[in-house]
Amino acid sequence: MAEIIKRNKALSVNPLKASQPVGGTLATLGFDRAMPMLHGSQGCTAFAKVFFVRHFREPIPLQTTAMDQSSSVMGADENVIEGIKAIAEKSNPALIVVLTTGLAETQGADVHRNLKEFRETYPQFDHIAVVMVNTPDFTGCVETGYAATVYEIIKALVPNAAEAGTKPNNRPRQVNVLVSPMLTSGDLEALRDTIEQFNLRPVFVPDISDSLDGSLTEDDFSPVTIGGTPISELKTLGDATSTLVIGASLQKAGDLLKEKTGVPSYQFDHLYGLQANDDLILTLANISQQPVPERIERQRSQLQDAMLDTHFMLGQLRVAIAADPDQLNAFSHLLAGMGSEIVAAVTTAHTPVLANMPVKQIKIGDLEDLELLAKEHKAQLLIGNSHAVASAERLGIPILRAGFPLYDLIGGYQKTWVGYRGSRQALFDLANLVINFAHEEIEVYHSIYSQKFDAAQHHACSPSCH
Amino acid sequence: MKTSKDIAELLDEPACEHNKKEKSGCAKPKPGSTAGGCAFDGAQIALLPIADVAHLVHGSIACAGSSWDNRGTRSSGSQLYQIGMTTDLTEQDVIMGRSEKRLFHSIKQAIDSYNPPAVFVYNTCVPALVGDDINAICKSAAERYGVPVIPIDCAGFYGTKNLGNRIAGDAMVNHVIGTREPEPSPQHPNYKIHDVNLIGEYNIAGEFWQVLPLLDEMGLRVLCTLSGDARFHEVQTMHRAEVNMMVCSKAMVNVARKLQKEYGTPWFEGSFYGISDTSQALRDFAKNLNDADLVERTEKVIAREEARIQAALEQWKARLKGKRVLLFTGGVKSWSVISALQDLDMVVVATGTKKSTEEDKARIRELMGEEAMMIEDGSPKALLKCVRDYKVDILIAGGRNMYTALKAKIPFLDINQEREFGYEGYQGMLELVRQLSLTIESPVWEAVRAPAPWKTTKETQHG
Repeated sequence: MAEIIKRNKALSVNPLKASQPVGGTLATLGFDRAMPMLHGSQGCTAFAKVFFVRHFREPIPLQTTAMDQSSSVMGADENVIEGIKAIAEKSNPALIVVLTTGLAETQGADVHRNLKEFRETYPQFDHIAVVMVNTPDFTGCVETGYAATVYEIIKALVPNAAEAGTKPNNRPRQVNVLVSPMLTSGDLEALRDTIEQFNLRPVFVPDISDSLDGSLTEDDFSPVTIGGTPISELKTLGDATSTLVIGASLQKAGDLLKEKTGVPSYQFDHLYGLQANDDLILTLANISQQPVPERIERQRSQLQDAMLDTHFMLGQLRVAIAADPDQLNAFSHLLAGMGSEIVAAVTTAHTPVLANMPVKQIKIGDLEDLELLAKEHKAQLLIGNSHAVASAERLGIPILRAGFPLYDLIGGYQKTWVGYRGSRQALFDLANLVINFAHEEIEVYHSIYSQKFDAAQHHACSPSCH
Repeated sequence: MKTSKDIAELLDEPACEHNKKEKSGCAKPKPGSTAGGCAFDGAQIALLPIADVAHLVHGSIACAGSSWDNRGTRSSGSQLYQIGMTTDLTEQDVIMGRSEKRLFHSIKQAIDSYNPPAVFVYNTCVPALVGDDINAICKSAAERYGVPVIPIDCAGFYGTKNLGNRIAGDAMVNHVIGTREPEPSPQHPNYKIHDVNLIGEYNIAGEFWQVLPLLDEMGLRVLCTLSGDARFHEVQTMHRAEVNMMVCSKAMVNVARKLQKEYGTPWFEGSFYGISDTSQALRDFAKNLNDADLVERTEKVIAREEARIQAALEQWKARLKGKRVLLFTGGVKSWSVISALQDLDMVVVATGTKKSTEEDKARIRELMGEEAMMIEDGSPKALLKCVRDYKVDILIAGGRNMYTALKAKIPFLDINQEREFGYEGYQGMLELVRQLSLTIESPVWEAVRAPAPWKTTKETQHG
């Protein structure tokens, strides 16, 4: 049981957290021909857009209801309705997701009522799916905003089995996979490959590996997402044989899907390391009624070998981690499984998964908290996003970049962490960061009777010292 | 919260020519089809480069969480501006009305932890809407802790980035400038040292350090650059300058105008992008300072520098000559960059003017001729159409448009404040040509435009 320490200072310094609307945007970008719109002032959208452009190095579709002084005070219902209409007219998307912000929620916006009014006024756009999500930024984090959005999309767009006539196992090879924001496009590709090796067909919800994987298309430009989970696929989820839910944050969304469709659901809090992936492979073997393919057995033994090779560097290594809850949990298990000590664990929101993490204490806080804890416990390695690079520099320890945003690591958005292979590479990367200087070097001793007569003996510095 | 009247007054800028027209200020944004930042964004961009100040964002996490640590500006000393600080308001703060209290304690924490010469408090949408009185809190915190605490009331919903620039400038004029005297003027045996300011110079990627040595050589002591590599105590002394240079178009013109009104300081507008503009700016300093000796020495500096850089640029010019440019800067720098590109004999076929003032536009016409194509619509679609229609070789725009260009397989140069390279001054031209040719001449364009070989074969077979 981890002890959870809440925020205990007024000022947040070097924030780790990004907002719920940012998370909701990310979830929306994983659907095909989708357009997220933030209900707030222009800046809410501009900042979120830059955040993702820098991370993915891709153009990011994202709109705003552009609240100004008078609509902030007098009510912004018109902004929401007009905004949806403008996007529907101009871009003909398959899905529009309206995400509220702190401004809209403080003002008392009722976006669900706005949608009703939109539908009554503009029936010509009935073919376009519109989903409203409450994502105020004065609570939660990227992960909770993302989870809320997946939940609302399932609620609005996955039909109940009784009404739609879907039946579990109508499509015996289809597996629904709900994926947490900690999974990168590279993770999704690896996961797809694994599932397909069991002759199963995964439907990811959402699927950024099809929309934000960094590929060139024939068309020069599209105002909405190109690729991602097709909205039409949501109607087939009820015919699947099983649902896999990856990430503790999506448990509620997973439960809802199960409730609506009756499709049996399997929960995985993460897919980092041997144990978690064993659980996944065993489940896939059971679902598919097929033996585990030799290729996967091979990859498993490769991971085991890597664990042996790297345990010398990672055992007893003092690690500091800053991440949203799902990813913090994943790294904690991966590292605890290697015998490392998590001496500082900082996260962005209080969620149920934290309670069972293999660490003593978890701080809900910022990168200043991380730095202080890392210093106090003499951390030797840091795991965090690009903002944490400055912290690592000040601490004088190496950093493994993970999470959002990664703006100083080309290709960081597609790094594969999950599966036996992804876990193996993660262990290699971790070990490489500390191989030369994690252990304390014995200080050189010069005998007072020494006759070595090295010219620069007092200034010499071994390559590993810094 | 600022009243509508305050905002209207900020939008009313007598130093802008277009102000006399009926439609002053900026058009109302349209929900669902709008791009661009907010007033908070503009205010933060304008002031964040003041390096030793604690920049404290009062609001929920969306404002600071996605925007801190996001600038190309450089400091020669204090790095405090790189530390992101926010009250990160919680639901309880908003509902229970505890955000003012949190702000007050936050100011104390910032002072205790970092001992800054001043704290800047940026007000944002949520506290503005619930009615936090940040002026009163800043005032009482300053009295309690003995450190200047400057309120910058810049809630996003007040308006655009441009308005935010002005709010920032206004806050400096009202609360900071004139609160301290500069050190006594240094003496030089051969000539007089003059005090000057630069307003709207942000020292992106350290580019102002390519100009500053020339100003030193001319005997110009820069009291303050608002705000690149500035310190709080420098901003305090800005009222003592003999002349102000407005860099970067009109973003903080209200500062120059108010300093002229209150202290009689003359100002001129200029740019350090391009050879001719850099020389012009140096000349304008000399001219405005009314110092015949300085005029003469300035001409010598200009002659020497121009000769040096022209020789260095020779080989590059041959490579870039006649290349066609679409410039979409989002407004502020449109005319200054045009001049730099024309110095290289490149052809600017069109420029974006969405955020340019009427005066900027007049200047563009002067530079490009009456038939100059001005693009108001900055949507990716419109930009790409323009690229095709005008056979453009390179798109020069802000980082936001970078991936629009790359996805359409068009060479691109980033000109905005997030960029990594400095283009100012004579020396900056060398970096500019290097970056331009790096992308225009890259072998990757051919590789990414050509279809896969099997597709070519198929097409050939079919016809």
